[in-house]
Amino acid sequence: MAVLNEEQEMLRDMAREWATNESPVTEFRKVRASGEPEAFDRDAYSAMAEMGWAGIIIPEEHGGSDFGFMSVGLVVEELGKTLTASPLIATTLAASAIMLGGSDEQKAKWLPKLASGEAIATLAIDEGPHHDPQAIEASVSGGKLTGTKAFVAEAHGADLFVVAAKDGLYLVEKGDGVTLTTRRLTDQRSHADIAFDGAAADKLANGGDDLLDKVLDRARVLTAAEMLGMAQIVFDTTLAYLKQRVQFNQVLSSFQALQHRMADLFADLAQMRSAVEAGLQAVDSGAGVSRAAIVAKAEANRVLHTMSNEGIQLHGGIGMTDEYDIGLYLKRARVLEAAWGTRSYLKNRFATLGGY
Amino acid sequence: MATQLEPEARDSADVFREEVRQFIADKFPEELKGKSVSLSATEGPIKETDAQKAWREAMGERGWGTPTWPKEYGGGGLNRKQAAILNEELARAGAYNPIGGMGVMMFGPTLLEYGSEEQKQEHIPPICRGEIRWCQGYSEPNAGSDLANLQTMAEDKGDHYLVNGQKTWTSGGQWADKCFAIVRTDRSDKHKGISFLLIDMDSPGVEVRPITMISGTSPFCETFFTDVKVPKENLVGEEGQGWTIGKRLLQHERTNLSGAAPGGRAGASLADIAKKYGRTNQDGTLADPVLRDRIADFEIRWTSFLHTARRAVEESKAQGGVSEISSALKKLGTKLGQERAEMTIEIMGLQGLGWEGDNFSPVELQGVRAWLYGKATTIYGGSTEIQNNVIAKRVLGMLDHQ
Ligand SMILES: Cc1cc2nc3c(=O)[nH]c(=O)nc-3n(C[C@H](O)[C@H](O)[C@H](O)COP(=O)(O)OP(=O)(O)OC[C@H]3O[C@@H](n4cnc5c(N)ncnc54)[C@H](O)[C@@H]3O)c2cc1C
Repeated sequence: MAVLNEEQEMLRDMAREWATNESPVTEFRKVRASGEPEAFDRDAYSAMAEMGWAGIIIPEEHGGSDFGFMSVGLVVEELGKTLTASPLIATTLAASAIMLGGSDEQKAKWLPKLASGEAIATLAIDEGPHHDPQAIEASVSGGKLTGTKAFVAEAHGADLFVVAAKDGLYLVEKGDGVTLTTRRLTDQRSHADIAFDGAAADKLANGGDDLLDKVLDRARVLTAAEMLGMAQIVFDTTLAYLKQRVQFNQVLSSFQALQHRMADLFADLAQMRSAVEAGLQAVDSGAGVSRAAIVAKAEANRVLHTMSNEGIQLHGGIGMTDEYDIGLYLKRARVLEAAWGTRSYLKNRFATLGGY
Repeated sequence: MATQLEPEARDSADVFREEVRQFIADKFPEELKGKSVSLSATEGPIKETDAQKAWREAMGERGWGTPTWPKEYGGGGLNRKQAAILNEELARAGAYNPIGGMGVMMFGPTLLEYGSEEQKQEHIPPICRGEIRWCQGYSEPNAGSDLANLQTMAEDKGDHYLVNGQKTWTSGGQWADKCFAIVRTDRSDKHKGISFLLIDMDSPGVEVRPITMISGTSPFCETFFTDVKVPKENLVGEEGQGWTIGKRLLQHERTNLSGAAPGGRAGASLADIAKKYGRTNQDGTLADPVLRDRIADFEIRWTSFLHTARRAVEESKAQGGVSEISSALKKLGTKLGQERAEMTIEIMGLQGLGWEGDNFSPVELQGVRAWLYGKATTIYGGSTEIQNNVIAKRVLGMLDHQ
């Protein structure tokens, strides 16, 4: 665990307490059972926004607290532990795009609303089932955006989209020329394909040529933070189960074969945590962000993949039941592994950045 | 080792092949071509179409759904060579074996070995005809890997047993007609107190509660027995022999579960999927060299697994006993199956993670459910960890450190 300052510790403790008490996995199950494509609880998100979480990275002048990515990462990790469904990550990432590339006017228009929870926003980048920011076809002419975006997370709840077009990022409000088609994935969260048909688009013109890359770095890091919370809880739950389940007149945790498996996972999790925290810190310090973001997400992918499989395996039959939570983490894990780059994609990009 | 067939043997093989072709031409309904629907207790209630029923009956009448089982109990009475020809011809015609499930895979072979003459006469023919579904009453809440810890009690009441207790994870319990169960007839000895009992699922006092799985379906149940009367004729073997018989059955189960059985891996290859969902070069090779490498790596290991499975069969036959390498098949095959499912969804990207909706093809959606269900293959039928214990202790002679 990274060394936190006092504010960060308070924030983390508050998030942990809230997630545990107000948003345990049973809350996600309610959302899932409702079948609503929006797939989150508006009241819960309002409560989160009231606690200031939607504005953690947003400057104070625009209604946020300017605590940075490490801080929002702590909150996101806690929410990941209980599978809390919310547009917090999506909105934070959209806010970061506006902060990095928006005009004063755009910032003043959107950041306060995002910080207060009054508006929800999300990124709409990829156009197919694979992360491939090089393959963007959406285009803008005369301030109108046309193109399609695939599997956009939190699209149903969003009022605002940060859309990648060939020549940069644009703000597009939900409304005329924006049509959603729901995509139900294994995680049962909000995903949609979006057709933009001459939708009014407002360019984020101040970010420079690498604005999209910078936003993707942040997306990778914050997604990895959610994955960290998931991996941690799968680990904790599995360990507790092995210490309690008796077979052959002894607790399973007394079998050396299983002790070694848990020891391996413990070491993996340590690596994942360091990688994710380094990613969050890199965003805050501004040094070596792209590389750190790749390491964070690639390690998160690797470890959560293994952890989600091992979690089920080590629980035995009970891990295969819907009633038990562990399978929900597996079904969310694969969606997040695919988001913003699989391990293969990230390895390739890592090598490219390294010049080899 | 391949042996050259003798001339007359080749002739008789040709004659048999001709017979199979004729049978398929006569009996296999064209509309079922390429659709495999076998009677498998784990897949759901049966809603057979007329054509499916006709095909099942035709195969059942010949005994060809259970080709190597003895003719006198309704099996096909074929030798291995003939059974292989039958499989080849079915595959070639796009036909399938409609007779399957736990009765065929596990219970039948065990009963043929341990059952009384009356029991075989009663239970084997309906399995061969695909008329009766069996489920497996082994696991209990506190008897999973430690199966011998089972507590379901069968009390001797003179002409019948009175059964009380709970089984769990009973695959297809809600659709099964009968259950082969291992139960306790003696509390004083963990292993020797176990007996093998056949229980009608519609007996008074049997209650099943389906459990939903992570894949969203409910293929297994909790099964409760409350004062269930089971006639003494339904004891297989002797009282106290249940552990031996029950373990023999698990051997059949494991062989079948490894995925090495013919038809164990139907559908598109990883390469086909990668071509469909990804980019290819002018010459038809995959554009992504890393993916190409990984698929080839997988296929090489899968091929060597199939070789291993075949060698295990050949060695067992030659030695007249189970080959040592058989013990590794289940863990190898199931792991490869899981790896393949993971790669499939990775190749498809988010299109390969659909839960529902008509913007996913049926094949895509089935793939997702199969990926999730497939996580069970390394748990049931003796988990990978338990297989490893067996290999280490019984095959390699590595003793417990205690
Ligand atoms: C989909 C599905 C279908 C099933 N169908 C049936 C059925 O039809 N009939 C039936 O009777 N049963 C069925 N089962 C039950 C199955 O056989 C058991 O789940 C299995 O035996 C494991 O037992 P358990 O679930 O109690 O896990 P546990 O025994 O509690 O094991 C939990 C974990 O600990 C590991 N472990 C246990 N002991 C050791 C050890 N000594 N050393 C190292 N590791 C160990 C296990 O490998 C596993 O990873 C089914 C299970 C599933 C998932």
